[in-house]
Amino acid sequence: MSRTSAAAGKALTSNGNPFELFGLRPAFTLDSEALERAYREIQSQVHPDRFAHAGDAERRASLQWTTRVNEAYRTLKSPVQRASHLLSLHGVDVAFETNTAMPAQFLMHQMELREALEDAVETKDLPALESLQGKLDDDARSLEAQIASAIDHKKDYAAAAGLVRELQFLHKLGAEIDSAYETIG
Amino acid sequence: MALLQISEPGQSPAPHEHRLAVGIDLGTTNSLVATVRSGVATVLPDAQGRPLLPSIVRYGKDQVEVGYPAQARQSEDPKNTIVSVKRFMGRGVKDVDHLQNAPYDFVDAPGMLQLRTVAGVKSPVEVSAEILRVLRERAEMSMGGALAGAVITVPAYFDDAQRQATKDAGKLAGLNVLRLLNEPTAAAIAYGLDNASEGVFAVYDLGGGTFDLSILKLSKGVFEVVATSGDSMLGGDDFDQRVFCWIVEAAKLAPLAPRDMRLLLVKAREAKEYLTVHQEANITARLSTGEVVDVMLDTETFCRITQTLVQKTLVPVRKALRDAGLSAPDVQGVVMVGGATRMPLIQRAVAEFFKRDPLNNLDPDKVVALGAAMQANVLAGNKPQGEDWLLLDVIPLSLGVETMGGLVEKIIPRNTTIPAGRAQEFTTYKDGQTGMTFHVVQGERELVSDCRSLARFELKGIPPMAAGAARVRVTYQVDADGLLSVTARESTTGAEASVAVKPSYGLGDADIERMLRDSFEHANEDVHARALTEARVEAQRLAEATQSALEADAQLLSTDERATIDQALTALRAAVQKNDHRAIKHASDALNRATEEFAARRMDQGVRRALAGKKIGSL
Repeated sequence: MSRTSAAAGKALTSNGNPFELFGLRPAFTLDSEALERAYREIQSQVHPDRFAHAGDAERRASLQWTTRVNEAYRTLKSPVQRASHLLSLHGVDVAFETNTAMPAQFLMHQMELREALEDAVETKDLPALESLQGKLDDDARSLEAQIASAIDHKKDYAAAAGLVRELQFLHKLGAEIDSAYETIG
Repeated sequence: MALLQISEPGQSPAPHEHRLAVGIDLGTTNSLVATVRSGVATVLPDAQGRPLLPSIVRYGKDQVEVGYPAQARQSEDPKNTIVSVKRFMGRGVKDVDHLQNAPYDFVDAPGMLQLRTVAGVKSPVEVSAEILRVLRERAEMSMGGALAGAVITVPAYFDDAQRQATKDAGKLAGLNVLRLLNEPTAAAIAYGLDNASEGVFAVYDLGGGTFDLSILKLSKGVFEVVATSGDSMLGGDDFDQRVFCWIVEAAKLAPLAPRDMRLLLVKAREAKEYLTVHQEANITARLSTGEVVDVMLDTETFCRITQTLVQKTLVPVRKALRDAGLSAPDVQGVVMVGGATRMPLIQRAVAEFFKRDPLNNLDPDKVVALGAAMQANVLAGNKPQGEDWLLLDVIPLSLGVETMGGLVEKIIPRNTTIPAGRAQEFTTYKDGQTGMTFHVVQGERELVSDCRSLARFELKGIPPMAAGAARVRVTYQVDADGLLSVTARESTTGAEASVAVKPSYGLGDADIERMLRDSFEHANEDVHARALTEARVEAQRLAEATQSALEADAQLLSTDERATIDQALTALRAAVQKNDHRAIKHASDALNRATEEFAARRMDQGVRRALAGKKIGSL
């Protein structure tokens, strides 16, 4: 058995546009408050807790709707997924798994961070791990600002795709830092 | 306590009758049942006025004792007296620590271990059902009628197997399980509603056998779990074990007989509880060998021998904070839940970690049951919309599937808000391959062998194609109880192959039905009478819900559609008048089918209205 899907973990009912679902303008820069408000309004209408005493038909419809709303919310909350979705609306595939080309400078920096991570794990150095996490968070924030500018202002979707791949790369390192915390205890 | 509620004139909450609903805290050590009366959640005591039911079941040759009578005889009949059965729910023999210290006759069964007693081999589900049945009877007696439904709490860190086992136990006890609710979330409801709290809270829940740590955001009418972590094999029992081992060592005892083992475990627990308010505990016991144990345990020694356990609870605390993207100072309050949090060393460790005094104003033994009762009241539909609240909970452990090389591909990551559903596509790797095996696992590790195996299933009948041409879509759906179902479907060609599985642990629906029958015979209840009552309650609930939906949204239906639904509704009402529970069930199913499209349209309309309201509000 091997994997074919490029977009891992696509929404169950991905036919709907998550921006539309929440009544938001499609843009990378997110109005978090408006999203949160719309999410809660819809949830208060469709959540299974409202239908626990209803018939099977309503319970099923509620489960499907809530699942869809939760997935759409998650897509919009995640910078990588939000950007991927916007780019796909403009016909650009981020191609996480097939396009692995990265600027040399970015890769060099990543290698340094990875070495720092290995050192921190080896010496069980918690402060070093925390400072690494801090650096990564800064890098991610700066990348997100660049993605916002590329998508929302310059409308340079090809450049944005490259930046999204870099952001995804950072998230993978973030996951490794997470498991390093557990190894160190 | 919660404020009394007074409804607006003309909008009284009861055009329908108040439905009897309870919250049940099915604990490792003690269990409780609570309900909401006149807007106030209260624990229902037994006939002697005792609120707790010790989670202890003693099997005799022809009778079963539950609670205090079983507790009183545990040392004299350890093999047939099952304590802390929650530790065995959804667990195999190899999963349980200290198995050698438990005086039972274990049977290694596929999926879940079983226990050999004088009344036959019992699964932990059956033992738990005995406890739930006593609580159900207590509630029905006290409330004067059959229950419409129950919310049963589970540790947040329970995996799919443990949750499924708990739900099965509820069914076996004759309960309509409205929802499985996470214990720390239940505590947050009781606590949050009581104090009208807002902000980020941590719930530190150390029960008899499980530890949970949940981080919640509380805001007006919304309880949102941001992250949860824990250890489903760590609790107050482990502190007893440490004291037990210390006694054995201090008194230089030879290997013990089961009844002495149980006796000393009881003594260990008593000493631990005594040390909550005293500096020293005297432990004395006369063993079956005639040997007398007489040792003194002081708080210093107790702290020393249990220090690693206390530290062990802080690991999930750090993990949950990290997952939530928060640090200790962001937390505005730490709610203490579970009897084990009475230990001063736990209070100190938590205060030190969060740099603030933990909150103890609600009884740590009762707070979970009270919150569950409040949620049951909402789920039963006893609260009008607007006065209820929204609860957003998460799954504690990632759900994945095995891929090449024994690796895990995560499909739904931990801390995803439920209900959740996600799909992933797979393909064949050999030409002409017509079947595919899927292995569903739960856990955070990369290797399948380090995760919990939930189910294996095979998709057959894939039309022969070249390798990589088939498209098999595997969909994971987690419902509001945190329970998983998986479907796989091949749809490249017209010929579809699909399969759906619900991981279950040696207990099929047929097994449950058989046990249900046995248990009613045992309890001298009439199975048919019970089935008929249940079918009627269910049918009336459905008829009532359909009627009010028709009154509210008839404009969504064409004349023909309306006629079809009316017909099914009339048929159901006619069936309820007769004494055939199968016919009632049949008519209910028919009405459910007839209203499928109507339900979907109403839901769509609800979403549109919600968004329209928001836009007006945000202008």
